[in-house]
Amino acid sequence: MNLRRDVFQAIADPTRRAILLLVASQSMTAGVIASNFDTARPTVSKHLQILTACELLEQEQNGREIYYHLNPQKMKEIADFIEPFRKMWDDRFNKLETIMKTYKPNK
Amino acid sequence: MERKTKINAEDGKQELMVTREFDLPLELLFKAYIEPEIVEQWMGTKVLKLENKKHGSWQFETSDAQGNVVFRANGVIHEFVPNQKITRTFEMENTPFPVQLEFLEFEKLTDDTSKLNMHIVYRSVALRDQMLKLPFAQGINMAHNRIQDIVSKLK
Repeated sequence: MNLRRDVFQAIADPTRRAILLLVASQSMTAGVIASNFDTARPTVSKHLQILTACELLEQEQNGREIYYHLNPQKMKEIADFIEPFRKMWDDRFNKLETIMKTYKPNK
Repeated sequence: MERKTKINAEDGKQELMVTREFDLPLELLFKAYIEPEIVEQWMGTKVLKLENKKHGSWQFETSDAQGNVVFRANGVIHEFVPNQKITRTFEMENTPFPVQLEFLEFEKLTDDTSKLNMHIVYRSVALRDQMLKLPFAQGINMAHNRIQDIVSKLK
């Protein structure tokens, strides 16, 4: 598995996106996270490793257990980066749709 | 509201995909791309030239309120199949950005809905990422300008 420390690589994988959604609700241990997936435990561990390496997840020692929780700052970084580009096209296409909806009866 | 426009920009690739579903029949969606007066309205730019045919070319220009040209782009149409696809190049004039290749595919979903796939290929991965960040940078600039406007009025 590719271990690049890149957030975009990290969120490109559907299992990793599912893990992020899961952990977003509350912090949990690797065991609890893995129990939510049919995937083999080492595979989930690998995913957690990647998500931690690119700082989307943070580890927290609690007694003998390690809890994973979401790093909202990093999540925001991803959203903010591409959102203006998406918004630009969304605005244009919304306009296109509005224009063409009124175009029909005039025809 | 659900996000209708989706951007798929995989890491490390010099391309990206813009996908959008429209509450419009395919023919109307396509028309919005070929009628200069309509393109002008939704793209917010002036259409100087738009030849919808193979080997045709196009040129858009945007001016600010004072009439200064702030944006000009041009390209060549490589493929033109009505209600199906347009393959074209896109180049912004007077910028360091090289030409990009665009594959536009129009698809009928139902009688009243349609879909557009816009596949854009850039010269390099770095350039793609720069182009993705452009509206982000512009947004920041605009915010700065707005702040400047407000501040200058306070003086």
